[in-house]
Amino acid sequence: MKYVFQFGIVWDHLPQLLEGAWLTLRLSLGAFALGFAVAVMLAFLRTAGPRGVRTAIAAYVEIIRNTPFLVQLFIIYFSLPALGIRMEAITAALVGMSINFSGYATEILRSGIEAVPKSQIEAGHSLGFTRMEIFRHIVAFPALRTVYPALASQFVLLMLGSSVVAAISAEELTAVTNSLQSTTFRAFEFYFVATAMYLAMALGSRVLLNALYWFVFERRQPLREAWSR
Amino acid sequence: MSRDFDWSAFLFLLGALRWTVVLSIIAFVGGGVGGLLLALMRTSPYRTLRWIASGYIGLLQGTPVLMQLFLAYYGLAVLTGLRIDPWPAVTLAFTLYAAAFLGEIWRGAIQAIPRQQWEAAAAIPLSPFAQLRHVILPQAMRIAIPPTVGFLVQLIKGTSIASIIGFVELTRAGQLIVNVTFQPMIVYPIIALLYFALCWPLSLLALRLERRIDAALGIGQPA
Repeated sequence: MKYVFQFGIVWDHLPQLLEGAWLTLRLSLGAFALGFAVAVMLAFLRTAGPRGVRTAIAAYVEIIRNTPFLVQLFIIYFSLPALGIRMEAITAALVGMSINFSGYATEILRSGIEAVPKSQIEAGHSLGFTRMEIFRHIVAFPALRTVYPALASQFVLLMLGSSVVAAISAEELTAVTNSLQSTTFRAFEFYFVATAMYLAMALGSRVLLNALYWFVFERRQPLREAWSR
Repeated sequence: MSRDFDWSAFLFLLGALRWTVVLSIIAFVGGGVGGLLLALMRTSPYRTLRWIASGYIGLLQGTPVLMQLFLAYYGLAVLTGLRIDPWPAVTLAFTLYAAAFLGEIWRGAIQAIPRQQWEAAAAIPLSPFAQLRHVILPQAMRIAIPPTVGFLVQLIKGTSIASIIGFVELTRAGQLIVNVTFQPMIVYPIIALLYFALCWPLSLLALRLERRIDAALGIGQPA
């Protein structure tokens, strides 16, 4: 083995890599926010909506969860323009990630909602709450608490999975790494460092998400009251 | 001059679907062996073994599969000094990836078996290996089957990423067909449909198995 590792050149291009990583983070947070908002609506309708709506949402979730993210991305970026829906790579990446995340998050939220004891919902009915009020004041908080760990894991998966959007050349960390390695011929070094950056982002988000859990659910009273007000 | 998406193009896709299946099976079997080893290491009484296994699992679950694939591809090239074929890189990367996930799933299954089962087996007395072989693993396997089938779905979908380094499986075949037919509106939805046809029955199976086991263990009863 005559190969000599040269990490110096990676160091020279660190600003570009960091910029890519920053875009990865922004894409992931953006997709999380959008996908989560959609998922809350879908999960509500999936559990409390009319039968037809429930079936349609179940189908949506199954389609998302049983096809590869890469293919979903290709459909959004390459197939939709045939219908006149054209977007830039970065927008397509955000839309693809949001849709993909919403599928998983809907299923996660549904399981949380269904884990809330029926007696509590019946209590809400007997107090004359509407379905929306029951969801908002009785179901939402405990359900969110139940599924928080699953959602947090899904966020990390979303971020790691976002590397795939390099395939449609959205300039996030993986795509930046691809273009740097092809001009410097130091593929192994660049991928090694980029992988370490992903690992750092994954571990970092785990720590932050755990802290957030404690802040929202464990510290109890103040926030909880603020929520139900 | 472009061709239309015709019957022969569809057959080409079906032919490529075979490589998606082959790659998934190789990674699943290889990852199964590695995963069992990891699960045993994670639950062993030796701290060093536990650390090695959890380090490995944490590393592979904390980084993108695509990066692992690139590292395997270019890493092998660096080690051997030659430009290598995608095949060994792809099978290596997906096997290592599957091992990490299966190792974690099976660790959970082994740890779900109550301590008393070990103690009872030790009291008969069975050797530590026999305790594992005849008492713990048969029970752990039942718990492990649904999430294992679920992971198989994740693995099959994940192999689509191999297309990025030029390995011709279903997704790559789709890109090739699009390049000659210019009909992404037809081809990619068909690709998605083919994956769905492969994955959905497995997802349903996983769900059914899970419900059956939940019922047997008396959990998940409606409130």
